[in-house]
Amino acid sequence: MSTLLKIRDIRLEGRSDEKWNPIINGVDLTLQKGEVLGLIGESGAGKSTLGLAAMGFTRDGVRISSGSVEFDGIDLVNASAAVKRSLLGKRIAYVAQSAAASFNPAHRIIEQHFEGPTQHGVMSKAESIADGVELYEKLRLPNPEEIGFRYPHQVSGGQLQRAMTAMAMACRPDLIIFDEPTTALDVTTQIEVLASIREIVEEYDTAAIYITHDLAVVAQMADQIKVLLKGDEVETADTRTMLSAPTQDYTKSLWAVRSFERPTKPAVIGGAVPVVSVRNVDAAYGTVPVLHDVSFDIHEGRTVAVVGESGSGKSTTARCITGLLPPKAGEIAFDGNVLPADYRKRNKDQLRQAQMIYQMADTALNPRMSIGNIIARPVQFYSGLTGKDLRARVDKLLDQIELEPSQYFNRLPSELSGGQKQRIGIARALAAEPKFIICDEVTSALDQLVAEGILRLLAKLQDELKLSYMFITHDLATVRAIADEVVVMKDGRVVEQGEKKAMFTPPHHAYTDLLLSSVPEMDPDWLTNLLQERGVDNIGDAAVGKM
Amino acid sequence: MGNVLTIVVQRLLLGLLTLLVVSIVIFLAVNALPGDFAEAILGQGATPDAIATIRRDLGLDQPLVVRYFSWLSGILRGDLGISFAQLNFRTNLGGAGDVGVIDQIAPRLSNTLFLALVTAMIAVPIAVALGVLAALFRNSVFDRVANITTLSSISSPEFFMAYVLILFLAVLNPILPSLSNIYDGMPFAERIEKSLLPALTLTLVVTAHMMRMTRAAIINLLASPYIEMARLKGMSPMRVIVKHALPNALAPIINVIALNLAYLITGVVVVEVVFVYPGIGQLFVDSVKIRDIPVVQACCLIFAAAYILLNLTADILSILSNPRLRHPK
Amino acid sequence: MITILWIVGVLLAILALAFGFRWAGQMATSNAPGFRDMPLSVAFGYVFGVVLLIWAVRFYFQPLMNEQGVPVASVIFFRWAIQGLIIAMIAAFAFKQFGKFVGTEWSKKLFRSMPLTAAFGILVIIIYAIFAIFAGAIAPYGQAEILGAANVLPGGDVATGGNPDYPLGTDNIGRDILSRLIYGAQNTVGIAFITTLLAFVIGVTLGFLAATLGGWLDQLLSRGVDVLMAIPSLIFALLLMTIASVWAPRIGIPLTYFMVVIIAVIDSTRVYRLARAVALNIVVMDYIEAAKLRGEGLAYLVFREILPNATAPLLAEFGLRFCFVFLTIAALSFLGVGIQPPLSDWGTMVKDLAPFINFAQFAPLAAVTPLLAAGAIALLTVAVNFVVDWMLHKSSGLKE
Repeated sequence: MSTLLKIRDIRLEGRSDEKWNPIINGVDLTLQKGEVLGLIGESGAGKSTLGLAAMGFTRDGVRISSGSVEFDGIDLVNASAAVKRSLLGKRIAYVAQSAAASFNPAHRIIEQHFEGPTQHGVMSKAESIADGVELYEKLRLPNPEEIGFRYPHQVSGGQLQRAMTAMAMACRPDLIIFDEPTTALDVTTQIEVLASIREIVEEYDTAAIYITHDLAVVAQMADQIKVLLKGDEVETADTRTMLSAPTQDYTKSLWAVRSFERPTKPAVIGGAVPVVSVRNVDAAYGTVPVLHDVSFDIHEGRTVAVVGESGSGKSTTARCITGLLPPKAGEIAFDGNVLPADYRKRNKDQLRQAQMIYQMADTALNPRMSIGNIIARPVQFYSGLTGKDLRARVDKLLDQIELEPSQYFNRLPSELSGGQKQRIGIARALAAEPKFIICDEVTSALDQLVAEGILRLLAKLQDELKLSYMFITHDLATVRAIADEVVVMKDGRVVEQGEKKAMFTPPHHAYTDLLLSSVPEMDPDWLTNLLQERGVDNIGDAAVGKM
Repeated sequence: MGNVLTIVVQRLLLGLLTLLVVSIVIFLAVNALPGDFAEAILGQGATPDAIATIRRDLGLDQPLVVRYFSWLSGILRGDLGISFAQLNFRTNLGGAGDVGVIDQIAPRLSNTLFLALVTAMIAVPIAVALGVLAALFRNSVFDRVANITTLSSISSPEFFMAYVLILFLAVLNPILPSLSNIYDGMPFAERIEKSLLPALTLTLVVTAHMMRMTRAAIINLLASPYIEMARLKGMSPMRVIVKHALPNALAPIINVIALNLAYLITGVVVVEVVFVYPGIGQLFVDSVKIRDIPVVQACCLIFAAAYILLNLTADILSILSNPRLRHPK
Repeated sequence: MITILWIVGVLLAILALAFGFRWAGQMATSNAPGFRDMPLSVAFGYVFGVVLLIWAVRFYFQPLMNEQGVPVASVIFFRWAIQGLIIAMIAAFAFKQFGKFVGTEWSKKLFRSMPLTAAFGILVIIIYAIFAIFAGAIAPYGQAEILGAANVLPGGDVATGGNPDYPLGTDNIGRDILSRLIYGAQNTVGIAFITTLLAFVIGVTLGFLAATLGGWLDQLLSRGVDVLMAIPSLIFALLLMTIASVWAPRIGIPLTYFMVVIIAVIDSTRVYRLARAVALNIVVMDYIEAAKLRGEGLAYLVFREILPNATAPLLAEFGLRFCFVFLTIAALSFLGVGIQPPLSDWGTMVKDLAPFINFAQFAPLAAVTPLLAAGAIALLTVAVNFVVDWMLHKSSGLKE
């Protein structure tokens, strides 16, 4: 094997607030021909910046301050623009996170495909088109003969992502940088894209850098894994060693997150009145029906996870419960009493009982209000406390969410980290002293370690305060960690529901099965096994089915 | 294509509807006057007889709705009524001065259109070119200087620009005439020469706006992931611009141009007054001063129609240049 | 035709120079990346800038008088312009330094990150505000006071037809131009400020209501605003002013009041659009949903949740609107239908003094007076725009 890419002590800086701030502080990277390196880290670790620097490219406002990037003996840091252009696209290619945004909307897919080969003089237009069709076929895109002649907006996200992989392959490069290519996709689509990327990279013996924040995904794709933390390298090892025996504390803690699981509670005693009962709810936005006959119960002190892919109606169900979207049919009952459909018709006490925690803590907290005021307002509004009593209650709430009151009371949300903001969101919900809280994807915008902290906090609060949670999520690891019961939704219907243990043991409804089996696991052989199990053709069919 | 056609037809109908409502607004605004035209024309000291004659002549004894529709149908037939000045002349002197508002407006409208055309021919290429340059070399010295200059030029009133230009190009260095006395049948070269100074003034004002908006549109575009993708595919800067940026920049640039031509409408009024250019803007201001309401009303309608038309054109062109709409799913 | 050939020739020469400059740079720095990757267009820009600078310096130092002892007006004007520019830069710099060391911690920090243009803008706005508020105390004469001599030339030099009592001369009916300029700050700026304020009260109130309540109220207001905005604002203002000028004498309210209301209403449509758009962006935020679900009333939503988050864009818009209103009023006055005499105002002054421009050849100072009034308008709008530009830049930078 010979070395293809050699990065030595590279330092990258980004410009903000009128000065240069470090993004990557001296990282080494070596990649052999045909090898796949997984680059993982949390948001802000500098993964993408490093990935682009490997191409000798920096975005506006970013610069390489020192270090070297050597691709096949060519110094990319000091190479002239013309030399770099002759390599980019031809020998080093790039696959971006959002294919929908990275394809030019004005040109057909195939026009963008043959642009590289024809401009770099690798193939003629006709050859490249024929080759493109072949690549589409290999990547199991439906209608490979025809799909390239469509415009990007006429093709679905998962298919576009594969078309972009084909485009990267067009000149048969030696190296491809994959920048989170499946992050924006649903789990069931993600698996199709992962499988086709892996296959084609293997077939042409292309080296790759695979950037992602998802450990399980990288475990399937990479020969070697490099972990980054805030611009520094934590450790590098080959995939199996890294998964079985990480040496650094940070890596170990990343691995441990996935093992968090709270003890299961005993099943509900028959005949108990549920705290919240959703009964045969139909809902629509305007004339577009969204929910069909949705029913489930949530009992005191228990967590019901509502699972499904985007567009399955999870959040709409929450909107019906809170009364923001009055259902077309069916009713919502609280402690056995039917609630008015519209929140404006509910009384103060009914509003108080059900609270909500949001996905994006950034938009859930008024940026112009201090933390103290954000939490104090519901206390004051519902209980009428003022002055010292109010302050004491707010301090107690801050204590409950494990933030030091004197330190945080006067701060603004913008001065807090993502996890801290989410805690403030929890405190605001608790301030109303509710019985029931809707958690809408509360951990999906957070890094794994922080997310785990939030989940543990929610579990602790549930035990202390006998809260009931409706936990909306698309992430099955979260479900496993916190749920007592699971409701699986698809296209606005409840596909299956039951106790968690029952849900995670077969037999399942076909969709639940697809959903469960599509969640990547930390086992590096998982994808291979799964593909064998499903049979390769099955995936192709699923892709056609998604058209 | 069916999809686009429907949208375009919808926009056209909407534009027409807006124009209709605008005509009602203008009509009502004018007819909300205390007393009525008759008194306004003849002044306080008019005899009741004379007032009655004029009222009958103008149909002021009819109900409001009838008057609106007869006014509207008049417009559609190209009859914009008779100006007060003419009416006064006729009632008081019994002359046959039957020159309708339309005959007053038509030649001036064509003069104004000529001025707007000359301005557009100068301003559009300069503004778009400079805007693209500023976007390509953003944050450079050129960009900063351009930013300050255009900001200053947008901030200055049109008459300030006009007088500065007169000072330098007509008084200190007598290159161009400061008065634009244009008449029918004037040789083309002379006509251009006489219109050049007002056209340059308008150019200064419009170019600044257009350039800033072009710059913003292009910068916005260059930040798109697909431009980065094109660069990462090793395409030359020229090709990135021509092949990847330009087809997508068309819609925003067209929009910018149309919006600024609409902006010209306001600028034209002041500039025509400064240079005594015999266009519709000057007629409008003169009529406002002598309160010749039928002329004011007609000019106002024409300005509004031009404004709506330009905005509509911008709208439709940007629909037509959007690949997502041209090639529906 | 010859001029065009000349221009093309000069541009070609600059292009050749640029090519040489780049080549020389590459040779001298042994192909450093800065010169190696420099596009020809950038080299052209550098050379062009240098040529422009050389020309400006040469022109600046040309003699003020020609051989016959007649002043060369264009050189005089050019020197004034350059000197003005330099003084403005020095003043802005000094003001910024001053702000860095005086004031609260917050204002010091603000001044440190402020570009020179914004510092200049703030300085000018402060000066205008002082003139506007204390016009009566600063101006040597009354704004409508008709003094002994008419058409006194500016400069205060008796030999050239001036009078030291009237440093900027008097107008055609003998009013002191300096005093009228100072009072103009009070009238033109004051009236524009009040008009903008009124437009904001109307526009923001309706815009917020439309965004929070939605439904038919939103539809009604928005469609109404669409129609009003389909008429160019200056044209609409002129139409309404015509009608108002018939009304005003009958009910005995000065025309200026009508103008304030008319422009405020026309401009409130633009404010409405922005306020509604800003509020709509805020209304979809989760914290608003949380407040609604808590059962909060409309007043709490608007004043505690929406307004604090809308202040930055609204403040920037206030600056832009003020400029627009200010220019509209100036244009109306210039056209003779705006602020009415005896109030002194800059637009009217430009109109009245405009003929002096034609004397620029013989009496450069005289030609300046109409430009002073017009320049006073331009300077303030430039200043406000500089500040607004900085504010917008700052708030967009914070989002990143």
